[in-house]
Amino acid sequence: MKQLSELMEQAQEAILSASDLSALDNVRVHYLGKKGLVTAQLKQLGKLPPEDRRTAGQEINRAKQSLQKSIEARKADLQEQALNAQLEKEKIDVTLPGRKMDTGSLHPVTRTTKRIEEIFKQLGFNVEEGPEIEDDYHNFTALNIPDHHPSRASHDTFYFGDGKLLRTHTSPVQIRTMEEKQPPLRIIAPGRVYRCDSDVTHSPMFHQVEGLMVDTDVTFADLKGILDAFFKAFFEDDNFKTRFRPHYFPFTEPSAETDIQCVLCSGKGCKVCGNTGWIEVMGCGMVNPEVFRHVGIDPDKYTGFAFGFGIDRLAMLRYGIDDLRKLFDNDVRFLKQFA
Amino acid sequence: MKVSEKWLREWVNLDATTEEIERQLIMSGTELDGIEPVASAFSHVVVGQIKSIEQHPDADRLRVCQVDIAGDEQLQIVTNASVEVDQKVPLAIIGAKLPEPDGKIFKIKKSKLRGVLSQGMFCGSETLGMGDMGEGLLPIPLDAKLGLDLRELLDLDDVILDLDSTPNRADLLCVAGIARELGVIMQAPVTEAEFTPVESSIDASFPIKISATDLCQRYVGRVLRDVNTQAETPQWMVEKLRRSDIRSLGPVVDVTNYVTLELGQPMHGFDLEKLEGGIDVRNAKEGEKLTLLDAKEITLRAETLVIADQKKALALAGVMGGADSAVSETTTNIYLESAYFVPEKIAGTARSYGYHTDSSHRFERGVSPDLQLKAMQRATQLIIDICGGKAGEMTDVSTCDMLQTRKTISFERSSIKRHLGIEVEDSRVEDIMTRLGCLVEKADKGWNITPPIFRFDLATQEDIVEEIARIYGYDNIPSRLRPLVPLIVPKEETQVEEDTLRNLLVARGYQEAITYSFVPPEMETLLNPSHQQIRLDNPISEELSIMRSTLWSGLLPAVEKNLKRQQNRVRLFETGLSFVNNADEMTQRKKIAGAITGSLYPEHWDKSPQLVDFYDIKGDVEALLSESNAESYQFVAVEHPALHPGQAAKIISNDQIIGFVGALHPRIEKKFGLNQPVFLFELDVDMIRKKNLPNYSSLSPYPSIRRDIALVVDHKINFSSIEKVLEKSEIKQLIDYSLFDVYRGDGVDSGQKSLALGLIFQDFSRTLEEKDISQYVDGIVDNLKTATGASLR
Repeated sequence: MKQLSELMEQAQEAILSASDLSALDNVRVHYLGKKGLVTAQLKQLGKLPPEDRRTAGQEINRAKQSLQKSIEARKADLQEQALNAQLEKEKIDVTLPGRKMDTGSLHPVTRTTKRIEEIFKQLGFNVEEGPEIEDDYHNFTALNIPDHHPSRASHDTFYFGDGKLLRTHTSPVQIRTMEEKQPPLRIIAPGRVYRCDSDVTHSPMFHQVEGLMVDTDVTFADLKGILDAFFKAFFEDDNFKTRFRPHYFPFTEPSAETDIQCVLCSGKGCKVCGNTGWIEVMGCGMVNPEVFRHVGIDPDKYTGFAFGFGIDRLAMLRYGIDDLRKLFDNDVRFLKQFA
Repeated sequence: MKVSEKWLREWVNLDATTEEIERQLIMSGTELDGIEPVASAFSHVVVGQIKSIEQHPDADRLRVCQVDIAGDEQLQIVTNASVEVDQKVPLAIIGAKLPEPDGKIFKIKKSKLRGVLSQGMFCGSETLGMGDMGEGLLPIPLDAKLGLDLRELLDLDDVILDLDSTPNRADLLCVAGIARELGVIMQAPVTEAEFTPVESSIDASFPIKISATDLCQRYVGRVLRDVNTQAETPQWMVEKLRRSDIRSLGPVVDVTNYVTLELGQPMHGFDLEKLEGGIDVRNAKEGEKLTLLDAKEITLRAETLVIADQKKALALAGVMGGADSAVSETTTNIYLESAYFVPEKIAGTARSYGYHTDSSHRFERGVSPDLQLKAMQRATQLIIDICGGKAGEMTDVSTCDMLQTRKTISFERSSIKRHLGIEVEDSRVEDIMTRLGCLVEKADKGWNITPPIFRFDLATQEDIVEEIARIYGYDNIPSRLRPLVPLIVPKEETQVEEDTLRNLLVARGYQEAITYSFVPPEMETLLNPSHQQIRLDNPISEELSIMRSTLWSGLLPAVEKNLKRQQNRVRLFETGLSFVNNADEMTQRKKIAGAITGSLYPEHWDKSPQLVDFYDIKGDVEALLSESNAESYQFVAVEHPALHPGQAAKIISNDQIIGFVGALHPRIEKKFGLNQPVFLFELDVDMIRKKNLPNYSSLSPYPSIRRDIALVVDHKINFSSIEKVLEKSEIKQLIDYSLFDVYRGDGVDSGQKSLALGLIFQDFSRTLEEKDISQYVDGIVDNLKTATGASLR
């Protein structure tokens, strides 16, 4: 049987030196194929004396199995190598920029409006809208600002030939809402408003949000509570300070102006707040019974508060924008900063 | 109103600093626009008198003065100011410090001017930080004591409070009123200025008739004779006026201005000799002419109130006096007026003639109807003190009996809690209201409160609540954040929210713009030439005069500006109202619009640059429309004045146009100086609101089969006509299709195009077989052939 062991040695050597899968297959066919050398050995068994055949047959089969095992092992090795080679070849620079459609951005005023809406929604306020070309009644008269009232002069109203006007505040939305719905009411109404005034700190178009809460038991203490909670939430500061000062508006009584702690100096006093530590941001007050009478709500049964403030100013304070005119310039380099 | 703090302190005895006064005023509703010193913090400026003047030996413009400051020796001062011997002057002596506006301090030292010793400097008003009081040196009264420190002489250790009271508080437009208010909020005693009224010493009067009884309810007049109108206004009055921003213009005008500031009653002095017959307070005659003090002639309207004599209009009542009847240098006999005009009746008059004066400001807000006599007495006393002269009797005509009373308000205790959420002790309420000058009587459920005559703003229960809150202090009302009963308005799931549309565009790379709602007329003419423009009566400028009928009017200029700023890839959108004149009415509809230009993607290492085209913006529009999936939308080629005639579509739903999409017309592109194509869309937001509520349908367990076909059709055939056939197909197994290629060129006849379609079939009850598919495809191709002339390639 010397011949077999030599054959095996050669075969093992051939398996190990097969450099790829097809070479390995050739080796397999050469030794184990139908006409392979090991197969030929099996065919030779018949020529042996019968008493030797059994032993020789077993030996050949063992050799065959061992070869097969070696081929499998080699095959797995070669496959692993091939995969590694492929992976190496497919290696890329993962730091190159991906293919993308840039995301855009909401305007800072919209972004601020959303934020305001979110907070008031949590307080149970719903969002209402109204027309921008308004009539005199909804913008003034129903809000207890009759003709020639001195506070009309301060409104710098844009008029149209037919007596219509561009709303000077979002307050007409409270009138329209109360005309349609009965209390209890809790609404806010953000939107564009217009005043005939244009300089570094005034834009002829700007944004306000109006707020209104009417129920049988709404008091000035609620007005303070809700607005205080709003500003704390808006500026994400539980210690944020607000201050209410008496003021005059025809549509509220008592009326107040609300100052917030200066967000730039935290109330210590700086250029932005004129060294007072406070920034005036809104007008508010208890709804004047005259207003209730105009919309058919019984002032003996209901009380309410209303407020209105500028969204642009809040956006500027929140995002550190120092020039109002930037808001309406629509420079994409500016807009992209609010992504 | 600007007022000297010292003047206020003459009226109200306050044990408080300026800062405390400021805080108390602010927290009770009177804003302060500023506090400024009446003069800079200069030192060592004294009263001197010029004893002699000699020409400087070496300088034409300089003179050498010897000045007496009541010291051991006279001082020698070299000056270029125009001075006279015996003139009293403010002199900054050696060691004086003169702060300059930029914060530096100018120090006076012994010096030589062109070789001559100068021991100080004469000062003008601006050098002393006292504002512009005219050319030359600050005038010093003749009786000023030599050597006296100027600060002491003019009482300059004072500040000016710039008060901004609210329009309802007419009573705060005078020193008396502010003092009264401070007395209430700071609980301090108020002392009125004391004076002895002038008794009449001559029998002189001038008749008064009030014809317009609804506009003027009281008119007080008085004749003053032998008045020296050239007398000098005393320094203390000049200074007080100056601190209220009023320049001295002669003693009569100064006194009337002074009384206005002190008591709040605007007054007017006429030259008696220019008046004929008697005063008539009447409505103007339509077209009547009147030349006012500012030398402007106005044409009066019939509803306007004038002060007239029997011949002519003399003054625009409550606004401004007339030029012809004004007190002049030659006047010796004066007629003084002190009137009450009904605020709501004369409001708006001044503005309608283009005026806003100190008088009109006060009369429109309300001058107390009990002031006229007092003011007349005060003015008479001051004029006669300064100018000499004799006074006649006062003539007092009123046309309304109720003038001196205010309506009593029945005030219920419970309304405090109801409006403010707090309880205030009875004694505190009574104290507050009494201090405010109200008459307070206890009643069943509270009090009967009668406001003082000068408080025009107190008429209702709520007015009283406001006063209590104001004086009690808003700070002292606790804030309450109470549990709120939910007011749920459920979000409608079948409504497309505006936020969804916005966020969708943001995700697709758009920046949100906010442009003005008013635009230049030529922009609208360009984009919407047939629209009847909606024009503002009083625009800021022509550029901002037309309400936009399309959001493109604002977006296009924004795109242009960005391109000019080297931003070559611009994607902007905006939501907002568009204002459109229809046949019978104007509508304001909410739109969402976009404009894109430049490359489709940001520059990338693995993509060849590709400019956006129609189908990119159409894709964005389709994405928006897909939100509103309860409606179907058709894109139909359209001619639109703003759009490229071959690349424009209107979008139709339910037979209504809901928007447009397309390329900007090259002609307009050129007009804008753009050198790259811009694509636009605009949709009506409320017309794309409807969304399906998802309704589950079960899925087929059988496989779907795809069959691709290539069709050849005339190139003019729109894909929409092919789509229509597929949509309407009766073969329910055709569950989907896609267009995966459009080809013109080799292999396809010219004038034809090839469309490659993938048809996807599926059945609910079985696996489809080859023969089924072939049958379906044949049917579809036949239908397409009939409808569009298409054939298989």
